Amino acid sequence: MGETFKVAIIGSGPAGLSAAARAAALGLSHVLLEKTDHLSDTIYKYQKGKHVMATPSNLVLRSDIDFDAGKREAILGTWDEQIAGHKVNVKYMAEAKAIRGTGDPIPGSMQQIVTRARDGTKSVKEVQRHAPPYAIELTNGEVVMAENVILAIGTQGNPNRMRCPGADLPHVQYQLDDPTEYVDEHIVIVGTGDAGIENARGLAEDPAQRNTVSILNRGTEFPTAKAANVSALMADHEAGKLMVRTESETKAIEPGFITLTTRDGEIRILCDRIIARIGSAPPRAFVEECGIEFTSEDRGAFPRLSPVFESTAPGIFVIGALAGYPLIKHCMNQGHDVIEFINGNTDLKPADEPIIAAKFAELPGQRSTEEWLEFLRSNVSILGGMNPLQMREFMLDSEAKFFRAGEVIFERNAPGSSLFGIASGSVAVEVNPADPSITIPIESGSIFGEVGLISGRRRGATIRAAEDTIVVEISRLAALKLQSQVPSAKAAIQRISIERQLLQMFGSGLTREDVAPLVEAAQVQEKRAGEVVVTEGADDKDVFIIRRGSMIVEKQIGERPVFLSYLPAGSYFGEMAVIDGSARTATVKAAIKAEVIRLPGEGFLDLLEKNPALRERAMKDMAGRRATNAFIEGQKDSFSSVVDMYSQTAQFLVDNGIGEATDVLLIDEKLCIGCDNCEKACADSHDGLSRLDREAGKTYAHLHVPTSCRHCEHPHCMADCPPNAIKRGPDGEVFIDETCIGCGNCQRNCPYGVIRMDAKPPKKPSLLQWMLFGKGPGPGEASYSWRKKAAEKEGAAKAKQAIKCDMCSGIDGGPACVRACPTGAAIRVSPDKFLTFTKLTEDVE
Amino acid sequence: MATKAGGTGRFTQDEKRRDSDHVSFLKHRSFRWLWIALLLSGAAIAGYLMIDQQPRPNGGTWYGYTLGTIGVLLILWLSLLGVRKRRINPGAWSLKAWTSAHVYLGLSLIVIGTLHTGFQIGWNVHTLAYVLMLLVIATGIYGVAVYATLPASLSANRKEMTRAQMLDALTAIDRQLESAAQPLGREDADLVIAAMNQDPFSLGVIGRLTGNFYGSCRTHYALTELEDDEPGMERVYPLLEKRLAQLDQIRGQLRIRALLEVWLFVHIPLTIALIAALTAHVISVFYYW
Ligand SMILES: Cc1cc2nc3c(=O)[nH]c(=O)nc-3n(C[C@H](O)[C@H](O)[C@H](O)COP(=O)(O)OP(=O)(O)OC[C@H]3O[C@@H](n4cnc5c(N)ncnc54)[C@H](O)[C@@H]3O)c2cc1C
Ligand code: HEM
Ligand code: SF4
Ligand code: SF4
Repeated sequence: MGETFKVAIIGSGPAGLSAAARAAALGLSHVLLEKTDHLSDTIYKYQKGKHVMATPSNLVLRSDIDFDAGKREAILGTWDEQIAGHKVNVKYMAEAKAIRGTGDPIPGSMQQIVTRARDGTKSVKEVQRHAPPYAIELTNGEVVMAENVILAIGTQGNPNRMRCPGADLPHVQYQLDDPTEYVDEHIVIVGTGDAGIENARGLAEDPAQRNTVSILNRGTEFPTAKAANVSALMADHEAGKLMVRTESETKAIEPGFITLTTRDGEIRILCDRIIARIGSAPPRAFVEECGIEFTSEDRGAFPRLSPVFESTAPGIFVIGALAGYPLIKHCMNQGHDVIEFINGNTDLKPADEPIIAAKFAELPGQRSTEEWLEFLRSNVSILGGMNPLQMREFMLDSEAKFFRAGEVIFERNAPGSSLFGIASGSVAVEVNPADPSITIPIESGSIFGEVGLISGRRRGATIRAAEDTIVVEISRLAALKLQSQVPSAKAAIQRISIERQLLQMFGSGLTREDVAPLVEAAQVQEKRAGEVVVTEGADDKDVFIIRRGSMIVEKQIGERPVFLSYLPAGSYFGEMAVIDGSARTATVKAAIKAEVIRLPGEGFLDLLEKNPALRERAMKDMAGRRATNAFIEGQKDSFSSVVDMYSQTAQFLVDNGIGEATDVLLIDEKLCIGCDNCEKACADSHDGLSRLDREAGKTYAHLHVPTSCRHCEHPHCMADCPPNAIKRGPDGEVFIDETCIGCGNCQRNCPYGVIRMDAKPPKKPSLLQWMLFGKGPGPGEASYSWRKKAAEKEGAAKAKQAIKCDMCSGIDGGPACVRACPTGAAIRVSPDKFLTFTKLTEDVE
Repeated sequence: MATKAGGTGRFTQDEKRRDSDHVSFLKHRSFRWLWIALLLSGAAIAGYLMIDQQPRPNGGTWYGYTLGTIGVLLILWLSLLGVRKRRINPGAWSLKAWTSAHVYLGLSLIVIGTLHTGFQIGWNVHTLAYVLMLLVIATGIYGVAVYATLPASLSANRKEMTRAQMLDALTAIDRQLESAAQPLGREDADLVIAAMNQDPFSLGVIGRLTGNFYGSCRTHYALTELEDDEPGMERVYPLLEKRLAQLDQIRGQLRIRALLEVWLFVHIPLTIALIAALTAHVISVFYYW
């Protein structure tokens, strides 16, 4: 067990590289451990020729290694050169498996590791932390000793391994870089997710390679793969290019052969190579075993860190994507800074200082950045639980704003999913749109805007500053992070949001005291898509408010369930049974993944008792719903087929994501002449690329849902965007701004396949030139070959970025697809307005 | 950003759109343009009957000039649809509204143009312009008729498949056929190969429009000619049938699309001819004045 290094850096991504280079420059004794045989595996695995972007552009790079936007190959080349130039001590093929403190046990320092089994049960394991130096155990059995450890292993994790006998043989691999490399082989692919399918198809693509490819599926369905991939795979199977073996599992592996268990017993087949694509495990378990605590049990949570990136295990530091900073520039800056900190430079100001300072520049009062951060932290109650590093990170995604008395902060019906915290002053909520003079105050320290954050719907009321006020506007993303990092903040936001929702829903006249008992008794419950919340005929007596997502109401009439209505977030249901004591008259189930607030029926009745005005309103709402239901039931008797059609069309639309849409393109195929003018107009309105595919997508009863963005209430695409380039615009549109780095995460995350990755093509000759002289490709998206040629003529091709519908924001007249349809086939609708009986049964011709 | 919401005025506009008048161009705004066109035609007829035109009603009286001017302006405006259709920005207009107006105002030209002639028909450039106009209108009427009736069958024939998917399906069948046909004898194999080599798009104009191509369809021919007791046929035969069904779908798609488009290939050139004839008509009228 050789020397003990001052620092060991695990992982040679941009974060680890930069740290190692700094350590080398300072002359610290160090080692850089890398699992693979090359540097920076995540970037190494990017698509060939990928243009790597250097965002955010206003952040200065602070590293001994250079980085600027450019081709993947060029960047990796520079790094290889400079790491060698700095004489960094790199150890390849060194995968860290465990990190243990070898010093004394640290008194009272216990690490709790919670593991959740598939059935939802939890088990807790306690581990005593030990002081440094640390012993880093590698998978090859070697041990590396270091006083400090920097974990920079990114978030890729490790591929899940095969476990049958023979799984450790060398011809079992977990990755496939270039399918054209293999010829004349019998290859078995294990796993039918997208990766497995793509590998199998790649290997069988060219018959000249003469590979015999089979892919194993444990069951008969392909639940984890995209539909397009599955149908392509099945087509290849039918065409005899490869073989899909369903209900098959590996039993044993030996050189040249594999034994499978199938429905018809065991079989042993020829096999020269096995490629296992059975998912990968996030690195969390490994990190926790090292004694590092995470901020919460959330899947999206990050390690708990001090302002100098130190984890709860003293001497182990976490930086880069693993610490929650996925952009290369951030990673590199942190690598530099963490070594400075370890080397005792505690005065170092973070590189993002100027960015944060700029956020406070407009505020009245002379304060330093630190003072402002502390001012916000100590005054806004939900921020109280954060440390200075978290505050800085939080501030990067948030804005501090000053409003004079009377200024509007946001207006009713404006889209917006940010949360506001009041740091000083107070605001007034205009609860009655008809009479702005009726307001409810919200005091300093509290929050507002939470309904937009949680439901994804438009602002419910106009809010003004009641006096000179400083607020912090917390972006949706920062608010989500805050809730996963600080459990007390999550609880506070939840409580306030329930209270506000009750007050807002039941109108004026109620006070916080009135609803307090209900808020106490309220329970937030998550519902899966399709999960039933209220069952027709049951006699439970609770009232529900939809906090997030949406519900559909159905009733059994005759044989089949009939769709009665669609309930968006913010509506309540279940009140009928409570008020008149009857059994449930209809079934309510989640249209998409949803959250409801469950209120006990008696509490709700008490509230009605005390508030005659409220009672009156509830009765009115109830009568309205009864009338709708009765109307549809009445129609069912006389126009059964119309009602069936309505019900099935509504269900079809919900199945195709309309339930979570805010604004979606539909095409009435009773009117569509297939001219594709909608696509052409889309391309001509947006840099020459169409953001909709009219033909693709599902159709029911001539109503077609093309492949085009639904502008979801809670956009899936936003989940994992390194530069946070996906935002909600002023008209409610979900759009991608120019900071997109082209990583393709959003494309994978969108369940509706509406995002494409492409480079902006050069400008076309004008319409007049085309009409008179036939110059250029004409209206609409130019063919791929034209774009390619024109781009070559222009010189350097532009980088591929994510492209999707922005609802023609900024274009007079609104969405071009709808305006360009000559027959009225293309319409854009929102579910709450369209999923009604009148709309769905309208006679269009 | 959240603060300036609604400030753009688009929210109201968007809400109206989402409330969506989900109706066809013919019904657009409760037949607004039909009413306008009827009014225009009614007024023209009333004027024709009430105004005493001297020496006799024709294009040369002041009333005739008025109708002629209206007609020319209408025709020029109607022709602009071709530009409008391809130039979506700038402007907050909708092509559906334009098409609606185009159809109804275009029809009103029958009345206006006819009254303008004063029923004086002859073998001259004036009558040529008139006849061309009627032909453009006649093709337009055909267009509206197919727009109203064919889309539903286009949709039904498509069965949620895109054009690319249909061709992919054909290629997949062909790949299976290729291996299935291996055991066949030379003659039969040639029939199958001929079927596979036939370009699904080479149908000829008539074939494309009528959907009757079995005369030249090699797949169909192979199915009738192959002897079904030969070895290997139990795989080839069903595959060929599948191929024919797939071809039928593709051809159905081509046929309906062609019926929806073919008239434009008359409507547009005739429009150009009409404008040329109209120019000659106007110049000659002023020349001989
Ligand atoms: C397709 C794609 C495109 C992207 N494009 C951009 C872009 O244009 N601009 C941008 O700023 N960001 C981009 N990103 C994000 C960026 O690449 C990552 O967030 C960044 O690489 C994270 O750096 P890191 O140093 O934290 O970890 P990583 O780069 O993930 O590096 C971790 C390293 O640790 C090694 N390792 C892992 N486990 C162990 C272990 N147990 N022992 C030893 N070594 C280990 C790995 O092999 C790897 O080399 C993109 C991401 C993707 C997926
Ligand atoms: C003299 C009168 C008319 C002229 C000059 C005229 C001219 C035109 C032109 C130039 C186009 C554009 C075609 C294209 O570029 O694709 C067009 C389209 C069309 N016209 Fe006419 N037209 C006339 C009358 C009519 C009438 C009377 C009707 C119907 C009854 C009609 C129905 C249509 C339709 C349905 C379209 C297609 C719209 C589309 O698909 O975008 N036209 N016409
Ligand atoms: S513009 Fe309208 S008619 Fe043309 S393809 Fe699009 S939806 Fe169909
Ligand atoms: S891109 Fe996909 S996930 Fe994102 S808003 Fe549109 S439909 Fe929803």
